[in-house]
Amino acid sequence: MSVKELHKATQSQEYFVNMGPQHPSTHGVLRLLLTLDGETITKVEPHLGYIHRSIEKMCEKDSYQQIVHLTDRMDYLSCHMNNEAVCLAVEKGLELEVSDRVKVIRTIMSELTRLSSHQLWWGVMGMDLGAITSFLYGFRDREMITDIFEETCGARLTMNYNVPGGVMFDIPANFQTKVKEFITHFRKKLPEYDQLMTNNIIFRNRTEGIGILTKEDAISFGVTGPSGRASGWSNDIRKSHSYSAYDRVDFKEIIRTEGDSFARYKARIDEMWESMNIIEQLIDNVPEGSCREKTKAVIKLPKMEIYQSVETARGELGVYINSDGKKNPYRVKFRSPGFSNLNALNTMAKGGKIADLVTIMSTIDLVIPDIDR
Amino acid sequence: MNREELQDKINSFGIEVSFAESEVPTQFLTPEVSSENVHALISELKNNSDTNFDYLFCQTGIDFPDHIEVLYHLRNTQNNSEIVVKAKIEDRENPSIASVSDLYKTADFHEREIFDLFGVKFNNHPDLRRIFLDDDWEGFPLRKDYVDEVNIVEL
Amino acid sequence: MKFDIYDFSVLTASIHQLLGEMMGETAVMITEMVIVGIVFLTLFAILGLALVYAERKVCAFFQQRLGPMRVGFWGTAQTVADAIKLLLKEPLMTKSADKFLFNLAPFIIIVASFMAIAAVPFALGLQAIDLDIGVFYVTAVSSIGVAGILIAGWASNNKYSLIGAMRSGAQIVSYELSVGLSLLTIVVLTGSLQFSEIIESQREGWWIFRGHIPAFIAFVIYLIAGTAETNRGPFDLAEAESELTAGFHTEYSGMKFAFFFLAEFVNMFIIAAIGATMFLGGWMPLHFGGFTAFNEVMDFIPPIFWFLGKTAFLIFMMMWFKWTFPRLRIDQLLTLEWKYLLPINLINILIMAFIVLMGWYF
Repeated sequence: MSVKELHKATQSQEYFVNMGPQHPSTHGVLRLLLTLDGETITKVEPHLGYIHRSIEKMCEKDSYQQIVHLTDRMDYLSCHMNNEAVCLAVEKGLELEVSDRVKVIRTIMSELTRLSSHQLWWGVMGMDLGAITSFLYGFRDREMITDIFEETCGARLTMNYNVPGGVMFDIPANFQTKVKEFITHFRKKLPEYDQLMTNNIIFRNRTEGIGILTKEDAISFGVTGPSGRASGWSNDIRKSHSYSAYDRVDFKEIIRTEGDSFARYKARIDEMWESMNIIEQLIDNVPEGSCREKTKAVIKLPKMEIYQSVETARGELGVYINSDGKKNPYRVKFRSPGFSNLNALNTMAKGGKIADLVTIMSTIDLVIPDIDR
Repeated sequence: MNREELQDKINSFGIEVSFAESEVPTQFLTPEVSSENVHALISELKNNSDTNFDYLFCQTGIDFPDHIEVLYHLRNTQNNSEIVVKAKIEDRENPSIASVSDLYKTADFHEREIFDLFGVKFNNHPDLRRIFLDDDWEGFPLRKDYVDEVNIVEL
Repeated sequence: MKFDIYDFSVLTASIHQLLGEMMGETAVMITEMVIVGIVFLTLFAILGLALVYAERKVCAFFQQRLGPMRVGFWGTAQTVADAIKLLLKEPLMTKSADKFLFNLAPFIIIVASFMAIAAVPFALGLQAIDLDIGVFYVTAVSSIGVAGILIAGWASNNKYSLIGAMRSGAQIVSYELSVGLSLLTIVVLTGSLQFSEIIESQREGWWIFRGHIPAFIAFVIYLIAGTAETNRGPFDLAEAESELTAGFHTEYSGMKFAFFFLAEFVNMFIIAAIGATMFLGGWMPLHFGGFTAFNEVMDFIPPIFWFLGKTAFLIFMMMWFKWTFPRLRIDQLLTLEWKYLLPINLINILIMAFIVLMGWYF
């Protein structure tokens, strides 16, 4: 072997690894084609579509009431917000003003959904980093919320509680007591999350400075939600395009400037505190009123275009409805937060190790049905 | 900047733009451009310091019987003003349009999605492949004339 | 000493005598070897079952759940059921795997831990072989296991396995140093590499108490490095199920997988047993120099319980780590070893040598 050949042989060689579609940390059927140099990632290429159900095409055949039911199969962890987005869009098209009671109920339920989503995320994030115990801690507290959901609308995950014009049923009599019980419980338990993970030295080392996303990149990639806010971009739809009862509550938009994995982690933890604040402000003053405005059995929107965005647990969910005046929409587009957030993965993960990629994927909180739709 | 001012501003760019008039007032200001001018208009909208629409929050296509539209929902992250640019592609057989992925990185995935489901070719896109479907898939599912006897149930 | 009543050498000597009456000298030796082998095989099986059960229960209680409850009283027969399941499972192998090496790897790992356990002193007179270089022997033999992991990763013909094996190789080779050096700190105190002498030297008190701060530092380092040695807890990078699915044993199933599994738990036992022997006095009861009455009370507890209790305590510590901490990244793991543990360890030995030289220890 000549010196030149030896040099060539000892040079690093890139190789490919398929992460997924079946992989513990892709949280579903996502396939990432990694280009690796040793353990260092040189490129991440997401391959999507393993659970694409063509919800947008199905919407073109369905009535507006039916569309609502499809949406909680997208981002199943923020199902209530997804439902709400469609309902708000349809109400906007019908120029239907829902009662204050509905607005407050929707806001409380949305924030509970956000809490449960973040609890699950926190547990799964710990598991991705190798601390399996956190998973069970997250689920312990999430259980209380799903119980409340079950009592309110009969479902624990895909709730379908919203309908155009209001909510399907009124809240049960003990709703307020249950929610307050949960808030008192969770205010005690959330510091436990910090004890177990946030202040752990290994956890800090694994997340701080990992997967940095600059503010410019966050805007350009459209990375919304807590992930975008951790990069210093104020993008909370609840603040900028207030809907439901968010204009009558006082809450902080969590913004951090570091843009690394720890900032994204901390943004979600802080958001849980804020969600509890919002619920506490509303839970004692749910106004009286009807919980469902009367709508026609067959809703027909005039020939128009509507865009309605809401803040889900993952970021900005936009519903674009193009109506041609018939009973089903001409075109529906869901701008899902996960889809845009995933786009930024390569930028964040490049140059890191495989373990960093897992951290980053956890902190942008991917839900694959949300991406594939 | 209110809608009229924005409209005047866009007219001053010197790009051929029309503003749709409809019986129901549109939610956003909606300039319509031809597929040739869309990149120039969006580039101007993004880089002009008065408009500064730096966030493409939604990009989608719509299939009409005689043309395909590509919609760009833009937002200014400073003052939250919004605008929707509509680009009309007359050629339904071989639709193509300029890519805006050099202006907005998020367009990378969104344009791949539109290519996948509507068959719109984005010129100068760095990596234009199908994103959801297999590479050998025939047809573009979100087009209105797409036929799939197995998976689409007509009621 | 009171605990002499529990001396196992009386029992072993009587067995030896009995066999000597029945057969010739060579036959006696062979028979004794076979008996010891059978005893250790049984011990392996029992250890595996008990430790897996313990781990599942400890893990469950850390996670505020009950763990296995259905099979047997409080799920005690669960691990037996699992073992039967593993025995009946189909041993799968990828088409392009290197068949010989693929089958060889689990045996290398299990043999390494089998050899290491031979030198562990369980109780007074209960030790398969009391080598005069016992400490050296254990550290030498236990590092054979890494060869098995590397072979398993290579032979599987799977990139995840290979990455896991490479990680494991780097990890074990590095942490071997810390384990060796922290044990050496105690060897400096005792002046002997023989386990029986090391235990005998702790008659007046365990080294962790008598050896001042350096002994305690050595103990902490030993615990960290020992956990890393067994590929467990925050150092389970070789398996790292959220990154590499299962690391080096991704492609293994059935009994071959069970060997890896068993070896992990037995290695954990060995690390804990050696740690207990070196730092916590092995089977030596808790003694304080001077308190004769207290020491005599302690002597009534049989040495085997002392040994098992200390070992169980250290195993519990290792489980505690595993179910609390997130996993380290590979570069952080190596940084921890080469930039922190190793320099601290070297200085620690120097301080310990100085203390011994001046005779400052109790």
